[in-house]
Amino acid sequence: MKCPAEMIIYMHEYLDEEISAENEQELRAHLQSCKECQTHFHELRKTIALVQSTSHINVPSDFTAKVMAKLPKEKRKVGFQRWVRHHPLFTAASLFIVLMAGSLFSSWEQDHEFSVSKQPNLIVQNDTVIVPKGEVVKGDVTVKNGKIQIEGQVEGDVTVINGEKYLASAGQVTGEIKEVNAIFDWLWYHIKKTATEVVSIFDQEEPEAAK
Amino acid sequence: MEAIVKKRIKQVLKGDQDAYAEVVEIYGEKVFQICYRMLGNRHEAEDIAQEAFLRAYVNIHSFNINLKFSSWLYRIATNLCIDRIRKKKPDYYLDAEVAGTDGLTMYSQIASDTSLPEDDVESLELQETIQREISKLPEKYRTVIVLKYIEELSLNEISKILDLPLGTVKTRIHRGREALRNQLRHV
Repeated sequence: MKCPAEMIIYMHEYLDEEISAENEQELRAHLQSCKECQTHFHELRKTIALVQSTSHINVPSDFTAKVMAKLPKEKRKVGFQRWVRHHPLFTAASLFIVLMAGSLFSSWEQDHEFSVSKQPNLIVQNDTVIVPKGEVVKGDVTVKNGKIQIEGQVEGDVTVINGEKYLASAGQVTGEIKEVNAIFDWLWYHIKKTATEVVSIFDQEEPEAAK
Repeated sequence: MEAIVKKRIKQVLKGDQDAYAEVVEIYGEKVFQICYRMLGNRHEAEDIAQEAFLRAYVNIHSFNINLKFSSWLYRIATNLCIDRIRKKKPDYYLDAEVAGTDGLTMYSQIASDTSLPEDDVESLELQETIQREISKLPEKYRTVIVLKYIEELSLNEISKILDLPLGTVKTRIHRGREALRNQLRHV
């Protein structure tokens, strides 16, 4: 007996719970009269029951732990980001310190060249600055990466960075004499000196740091 | 459930890795189940299920929080399973079928040290037969059958998970059912 082809389609629609009431009626009527289709329908339902009867396979008990152990470690980075978000003031302060230190270190690096403050009556011989006998140098004298030999008179402070000073017996300095050698002394000196320029240095450094 | 999961996902997005543990706890069973029925053995299923959670974690930023997380996760899992099936090398797992034998697995080659009651053996055999028949289905039918009858998902959801038109999902389910019927009707 040849059954209408749509009967199989109706069966599947029925199994998907998408059959229209009309088609369902038709299917029911047909199944009552057709042994073959009845078997087919029964087998489909049995198949579904069998598939659904497959017992639940338990997931290994350490499954979650294994997954967690495999996750990429990004806690620290994220933790840092969260910390930054929660402490904007600290972040701004430490950023400031980093930039300051950066600017100071870079100027320390640049400053390995010999330099001296410009006064007309100072004599420069190689890396030695001489305040000649009988001369009066007005203003502060700063010598970087060089020596200073004071035989005359300096009306002001003398600062020697990374160098040495010789004060002859006849030499005279009206202000302070400072020697800066270690980097931290130098930094301290720099910080004191640039305390008033801090804002301008910061503005200069920031676009560079943002790169 | 979805609400808890979404809350946890938001925490994960903020960098709280530990919050993900609960997500794995909630869906581990289901993802493993899908993988097991798709692949037919525990070893591979665990492997792929872990990989699915790992992928989901790594790509969590691309998950649209307004959608259903389970659908997204099942999609990752089914795609990984299909990939695995396609490039399946002849691996030797205990529960893989031994070539040249009809349905013999490596387990049956190991002397069992506990004798099972006859009923258990029978039901175990039946279970194996069913799983074997599922595993024999072409992957496109296998996927829909597993999602429909093991996970009991709606056709709409399956169509979303697989990114297939509803009509295609229906056709595949019909064909999958017919193929299984042919194999299982005499069981």
